[in-house]
Amino acid sequence: MASLNLLVLVCLSYVALLFFVAFLADRRAARGQGSAWIRSPLIYTLSLSIYCTAWTFYGAVGYAARSGLEFLTIYLGPTLVMVGWWWGLRKLVRVGRSQRVTSIADLLSARYGKSNALAIGVTLLAVIGITPYISLQLQSITLSFSIFSEADPLRSYHETTTVFWVTAGLAVFAILFGTRNLNANERHHGVVTAIALEAVVKLLALLAVGIFVVWGLSDGISHTMSRIDASRIGDWRVDGSRWTTITFLSAAAFVCLPRMFQVMVVENEDERHLRVAAWAFPLYLLLISMFVVPIAAIGLELLPTGSNPDLFVLTVPLSQGQQGLAMLSFLGGFSSATSMVIVAAMALSTMVSNHIVMPIWLYMQGAAGASVSGDVRNVVLFARRISIAVILALGYFYYKLSGGGATLAAVGLISFAGISQMLPALVGGLFWRGATRSGALAGLSVGFGIWIYTMLLPALGGGLLPDHILANGLFGLSWLRPQALFGIEGIDPTVHAVLWSMMLNAVVFCLVSLLTFPSPIERLQGAQFVNVFEHSSGPRGWTGSVAQSEDLMVMSQRILGAKEAQAFFQRELTRQGGHGPLPDPTPAFLEQLERELGASIGAAAAHAMIGQIVGGSSVSVQDLLAVADETAQMLEYSNQLEAQSEQLSRTALQLRESNEKLTQISQQKDAFLSQVSHELRTPMTSIRAFSEILRDNGSLPQTDKNRYASIIHDEALRLTRLLNDLLDLSVLESGQVSLNMSTGRLDAVMDHAVSTALAGTGTSMLVTRTPESEAVQISSDLDRLAQVFINLIANAQKYCDAETPELTISVTCQQDQVWIDFIDNGSGVPVDYQQLIFEKFSRVSPERAGGAGLGLAISREIMQRLGGDIFYLAEHSGGGFRISLPNARKISTMGAI
Amino acid sequence: MSRHVVLIEDEPNIAEAIRFLLSRDGWQVDVHGEGSTAVEVIRAAQPDLVILDLMLPGKSGLEVITELRAVAEFQPLPVLMLTARGQLKDREMAEKAGVTRFMTKPFSNSEVLTAVRDLYAQAYQTAPDLGAAS
Repeated sequence: MASLNLLVLVCLSYVALLFFVAFLADRRAARGQGSAWIRSPLIYTLSLSIYCTAWTFYGAVGYAARSGLEFLTIYLGPTLVMVGWWWGLRKLVRVGRSQRVTSIADLLSARYGKSNALAIGVTLLAVIGITPYISLQLQSITLSFSIFSEADPLRSYHETTTVFWVTAGLAVFAILFGTRNLNANERHHGVVTAIALEAVVKLLALLAVGIFVVWGLSDGISHTMSRIDASRIGDWRVDGSRWTTITFLSAAAFVCLPRMFQVMVVENEDERHLRVAAWAFPLYLLLISMFVVPIAAIGLELLPTGSNPDLFVLTVPLSQGQQGLAMLSFLGGFSSATSMVIVAAMALSTMVSNHIVMPIWLYMQGAAGASVSGDVRNVVLFARRISIAVILALGYFYYKLSGGGATLAAVGLISFAGISQMLPALVGGLFWRGATRSGALAGLSVGFGIWIYTMLLPALGGGLLPDHILANGLFGLSWLRPQALFGIEGIDPTVHAVLWSMMLNAVVFCLVSLLTFPSPIERLQGAQFVNVFEHSSGPRGWTGSVAQSEDLMVMSQRILGAKEAQAFFQRELTRQGGHGPLPDPTPAFLEQLERELGASIGAAAAHAMIGQIVGGSSVSVQDLLAVADETAQMLEYSNQLEAQSEQLSRTALQLRESNEKLTQISQQKDAFLSQVSHELRTPMTSIRAFSEILRDNGSLPQTDKNRYASIIHDEALRLTRLLNDLLDLSVLESGQVSLNMSTGRLDAVMDHAVSTALAGTGTSMLVTRTPESEAVQISSDLDRLAQVFINLIANAQKYCDAETPELTISVTCQQDQVWIDFIDNGSGVPVDYQQLIFEKFSRVSPERAGGAGLGLAISREIMQRLGGDIFYLAEHSGGGFRISLPNARKISTMGAI
Repeated sequence: MSRHVVLIEDEPNIAEAIRFLLSRDGWQVDVHGEGSTAVEVIRAAQPDLVILDLMLPGKSGLEVITELRAVAEFQPLPVLMLTARGQLKDREMAEKAGVTRFMTKPFSNSEVLTAVRDLYAQAYQTAPDLGAAS
């Protein structure tokens, strides 16, 4: 029989081993040696196994012995989360990393506008919620000690003394382990590695006992199965509501438990480890739960009735005289309990010191606190150590109050239900931008209150909740009975409590969130949380330019430690490329510093401390917003000014352009008038000169008289033509011309134009046409079109310098467009003039021109009015013009025949 | 020896009218309708007086007078400029370029005769022969 002394010795050696492993891992991590191993997903997965506490180790067997397979729900919840909700966990981890949160309270506080009230609430909830859980560990260790002491007749065993010493021992252990490193956000490689070791120990111990039971006490699997069937576990029937409720509860607790958050999020080295853990952790759970039922069944069969099934793992080997196996089993249970206590204490003490002690301390120090007085580092460490002691003391008192008689599983479920109250606020915060601080606070309060009333107080029983309230309800109102709220009776108390607390919690959270308006910083944080994958590090922070680097340095040294702070500032200085002793307090640097400090003392406290220095006093969100508002207004104003000035310069440009245009038009007008004057005066000069000659020289021969009179006549006609053309052009140009649109055949118009142009002229020009191509129906002003044709034919007649002048008119029709080419066999228009011929008064060779040079200008005006155009065809050897005209339709010559 | 005038004018009817007037007055009139070759024609003809139109094909009257005045031989040659573009600007530019007198079309026949006789008399210091016209 192992003596109690031996047991204590084994425990102490084991603890020493853990310390050694932790120390080794820390040193290796610091040196960067073996880091691949220390930072592997395997270690991460094993560290997650702190989910399996003494409850799992001892309690699961007891649970199975009492309630059959229901114990599996405790494993089913986390498995479902790992397999089915790993993407949610990934988001949680990403948020935690990007915001550098130190705990779940810090995360919720950060999400809901860095609210300290919420952080305090969550911390209190966590502390109270975990208390039964801590007490569960104390109870299990005490029980396991009692088993060994019963077998040790030399010692008188006092349960109370044992519990006290177990508590004190664990407290010291947790303080030594958990507060060696201040920066809670830095990964505790030592602790995590030690936990991983403990995970291996507890798994091996349980597997060893299981194998002993199945193959040592039974004849293998089939034999064991038949013995299970024979035991009362075989009669177990599933209770749907309990099954569902506890599965949900364990899933929720798996996400919300502070210690799970610590290992899963805070200690997470690499997001990708989650992918391995998603299958490896459920596998671990499978292994650790594999032999639970056999151990329970065989224990029930072998041990006398009335033995505590929670201790079968220990008592079954002992009853068979397997001292070594029992010792291993004891170490497994010890491992389960210690690892849970260490991490839970670490997580909770961080929360307590960051969200309760530090804000109070800062408040008491006043405005000058952050930069002038006290060593923050010591305060934080002290606060953490005290917190650990207080948390364990609470567990101790819970144990004393509840009498230590409850089954382990029942105690665990109370804790789960309490912790799960954070779920709505957590999930809502991650996925719903509309979730507000008030909603979170209200939901938490309601859920927490109901949990205390319906679950915690009835479990504590005794003096805290008088029996008459339990039986008749608060104030004698039967619908307020703790285990039958609103008159709903007959359901399992656990299901009842979870149902009401979670449902009302979620409903109140949603309703209040919908009814309240999130503050700007909440909205900002909400966006960063919900859309964490889009911007893992978003803008938020200090506009401070007056912050003094020295003060920041002093403060950082106090919190981070002198060496770390100097290194941090030096890194920033190098990054900024400055040469001074300290880096400039740029907003980016301040934000980084805030996160760095936040990792030690929590986001809200870090925010407040930097605010004290940067702003001289604390910078409230309102101040920041006022600044932002002002900036926004100035920006708006300057945008308006810019827009106006742009408008002005645009107007100026338009004015300049129209001025230039006017000048141009005026010059064009002068040139035009000058041209008109010239064109009018020239024939008038001839008319005047010859009429004076005729008047003054009566004795002229008749032939001369006739010749001079005909000159006068010709010039008068020229004048008339010119005036007609001018009037025509002015009407066309002013756009006042009314087009007389009608439909007709192109060949008919052409017939008319050719005969008119050639009539009365002595020259014999050959006009070649292709009648079938002219069979086109057109909708246009046919008279105006004829005018253009006449002008072109007359021009060809006037200017064609070939010996036998010839004009070819050809027509092409495509879709509704028609092109009419007038090409003569002369030398064409000289290249220099080709650009000018459509201008007014431009004549290529005046001596042969009868007109004033307005014909082509008029033709172009007409064609443009008709929706077509006229061009000079430079590629032809002779003079060539092309007219394009819309609204044409080829007439089928076949039909005509 | 009859007085010799070269008329540079591209409008055939106007040239015809002036030739009629001046021949009746006893001038030998050479008519030329091109601006670009005007200076060569004048150099070849060695006239006592030139009548120059402003708007000419090839080269404008202004260019012709500028070229003419650049030759020392032609500096004293009286030049009467005619134009149908009776703008003040044209007159100023013509006088600057060195025309002796500037006349706007349409003119009366007697105005042309008077101007030609005046210019000739001024240039060659003879009294204007007023009787010849009547």
